[in-house]
Formats: sequence, C-alpha cells, structure tokens
Amino acid sequence: MSELSVDHLLGIKYLNEEDIELIFKTADHFKEVINRPIKKVPSLRDITIANLFFENSTRTRLSFELAEKRLSADVVNFSAASSSVKKGETLIDTVNNILSMKVDMVVMRHPNPGAGIFLSRHVNASIINAGDGAHEHPTQALLDSYSIRERLGGVAGKKVVIVGDILHSRVALSNIFALKLQGAEVKVCGPKTLLPKHIESLGVSVETDLKKALEWCDVANMLRVQNERMDISYFPSTREYAQQFQLNKKILESLNKEIVVMHPGPINRGVEITSDVADAENAIILDQVQNGVAVRMAVIYLLASKINR
Amino acid sequence: MGQRILLNANEINIILHRLACQLVENHTDFKNTVVIGIQPRGVFLAERIIKILKEEYGITDLDYGHLDITFYRDDFRRGEKTLEANKTRIDFIVEDKKVVFIDDVLYTGRSIRAALTAIQSFGRPAEIELLSLIDRRFSRSLPIQPDYNGRQVDAINEEKVIVNWKENDEEDVVYLVSK
Repeated sequence: MSELSVDHLLGIKYLNEEDIELIFKTADHFKEVINRPIKKVPSLRDITIANLFFENSTRTRLSFELAEKRLSADVVNFSAASSSVKKGETLIDTVNNILSMKVDMVVMRHPNPGAGIFLSRHVNASIINAGDGAHEHPTQALLDSYSIRERLGGVAGKKVVIVGDILHSRVALSNIFALKLQGAEVKVCGPKTLLPKHIESLGVSVETDLKKALEWCDVANMLRVQNERMDISYFPSTREYAQQFQLNKKILESLNKEIVVMHPGPINRGVEITSDVADAENAIILDQVQNGVAVRMAVIYLLASKINR
Repeated sequence: MGQRILLNANEINIILHRLACQLVENHTDFKNTVVIGIQPRGVFLAERIIKILKEEYGITDLDYGHLDITFYRDDFRRGEKTLEANKTRIDFIVEDKKVVFIDDVLYTGRSIRAALTAIQSFGRPAEIELLSLIDRRFSRSLPIQPDYNGRQVDAINEEKVIVNWKENDEEDVVYLVSK
C-alpha cells in the first residue's frame, strides 16, 4: 500500500484507514525535512498549485502555502475579496479560468458545504478541500490526529472529547470521522443548542457537563465559538458560555489526571480556553501548527504523484 | 528466469575488509569524515563496513547517518507507483566535512545524483566520495564513478543485480538475475 485510494482530498469521509496511515508515514519524513537547515525538497517542481480562498483564513492558507513551497511547487494565490467573484463570476468559471493557465492542483476554502466535491466533478485538477462551510476540514483533522499520535503514541483506543460549537464546526465533523476511523472513542460536549440533533448516529456520545467530559477523556479538543456563522443567538452571553464550557486552570486541576489540550485556532483567549491553559506544557496547540505543514506536504505529495500518469 | 551467483559470502567478506582498509588509508581516524548509507539498501552495507572499522581498526567515534533520496529523485510522476520514502537520520554537521556515500549497487548513477542534491540540504561538504559494492559499468546514464569499488560487473539492462545480507535476507550473497 503506497498509494492513496482517492484522487482528491474532499473529506475524511472518503478516506480509509490505510490512507491515513500512509499520510502519517509520509508526514513523518516531511517533518524531518522541515527541521533541516534547508527545508525544501525538489519533488514537485513541475506542479503548479492554486490556493483559492473564498473565505478568510490565516493559519490554513499560510500552512498550505509553506507546504507547497517546501515541495518546490509553483504557487498562485487567490482570495475572493479581491477577485472577479465580486463581479458575479461563477465558481466553475473562476476555476476553469485559473486552470487554463495550466494549474495542476487546487486547494480551496469555500463557505458552501460540498463546494470541493462539486468542483472535483466539473474541473480537471486534483482538489484539496481546505474547509467547505460547516462540512469538512480534512487536513485539520489529519494534523489533529497526527499530533495526538505524536504525543500519546497512537490514536486507537484513546478517548477524545470535542468541546464547543459542534453545530457550525467542520473541524468537529472531520475530527469525528478521522478519530472513529482510527479506533478512538469520541465524545462531543457543548451547549445543547450547539450540538446537532442525531449526532449520536455518527457513533459519538454526547455530554453537556464539561467537568464530566474532561474526567472521561485523554484529549480535549477545544473549538472556537464561531460567531460569524451564527444567524441567531445560541446561548445567552459569551460570559455564560465561558462559565460553563471554558477550559481553565481550576477545572484542569480538579481532575485527578493530566489531559492533552488541543485547539485548532484561532483562539478566543478567555472564552473557550484561558491563556494559562493554552500556554501550558500539556497544550499541544503550537505542535498542531507545526505538524500542519508536514501533514499538508504529505497530502500534496501523495495526491500530486497521481496526477497525469 | 535464471540467476547466477556473482559473489558468495566468503568473497563478500574479503571485499568488505578491503573496502574498509581503503577507507582507513584515505581517512585515517575519520575525525573529519562522515559516513552516509543511502536508503534503503546502502544502509546494510554501510553498517557492515562500520562494524569492521570499529572492530579491526578501533574507529569508534564515527559520525554515521542514513540519507533517503526519494524526494530528490528525477522520476517523480514518471513511474506507475507513488515513490515511498524511507527515514533520513543525519544528526551531525555535514558542513566542511568529507562525506562518504555508501550504496550497494551503482547502476545508472541517478540515485547518487539525487543523493548529491539531498546532502546539500544539510550543509556544504568539503568533498564527497562514493563507495559501492557492485559497479555495473557500461550502464551509466550520468558521469558518476565510484571512488571505492567492490566488484565491477558487466550486466545488460535486462539483468538485475540483487544483493542479499544475512541481517535481512538470511545469507550474504550477490546474484545476477536475468528475466
């Protein structure tokens, strides 16, 4: 098994266990590469990648761009704010125009769920989904699992709780798929209004008491409250949310064990997590960012090796 | 498919001692020299030679690493399969050192071309030498020659040289296999 089963990375849903193992094995090698004095390999010098961001992003866009450049790919960047999308161009037209400039791969973030899948059916390029609405964010889930594996030696059998705005979170959905696929136990925790109905059907358990959830888990993945996606009020106030669902020193110290703390960023310090916890030794938030580059290099390398053979 | 033995265990042993001896002749105490086994198959050869250097010449303080060339190869997306990488481990400084590459078979020279590029990521070596157990002369695609050479072999392109090591494949033996 040395090849991905897919031609695009649209979601974790479409991957199998061997794919994830192959991505992680390849990421191990790239992690060593990005710690060399010269952090660049020439593998993808004949590949051009377009980063299409129809939605704001700092970390993901930078991470993808670094990963692409460290593989020696040519990179073109595009953000919706400064483009013809504003003038009414359709998605397929925008992408086909870019592809006619001989682009081999598209990394896309889009506010609509399924945008990547739609694109993969209509254009001739390898597509990587960098987040599509509240649907999936596969590379984030991969780097989260990779970071857990690095810290705890494996994912299978580990207990992971995802805390916060599960309803609007593509990170939560991709993480649930990825963790379940690797044999972890998953619990979601948050205010009832931010937990989707029937989420148990994905094989996760539900908890509304943060303390109980933390006592159960090995890893807590704290999500950001996505105010920008909330059309109505899901909880009375930020203060009340913080009182019930904030990860702080007091609640961590009340547990009789150490847990690993994760956050996909950007952090709202003082809301879902306090600064002392986010900067503590058992928080692997910055490891997640570093691993993100290695994991994305692995995904791009493995997909690129399947282009036009 | 036929195969014949090019070198048996005894012949390999004699050659390994000669190669180790030649290395000592040129590098004396290896204070300024680092040894790099080329992944995947060069590593077995490198470890054998290092064992001889250690046991027979008392050279214990030797910088030794593995270099994987997968991401530097010139045939990315040209074959049927995805190129799978191996581990690189170089935890010492290469800058201004004499580097000795060790690989089992020198064929087209393309792996060594990739290794010459790959090692640059770790610094600028003072010089680079190449040691190979089998030199398939007349099969080269690039102007690369070994500095230390076990045995020269005249093999046609349809033939394959297979080097087995007892650590991995039960016995030390080199075969020439024709399809």
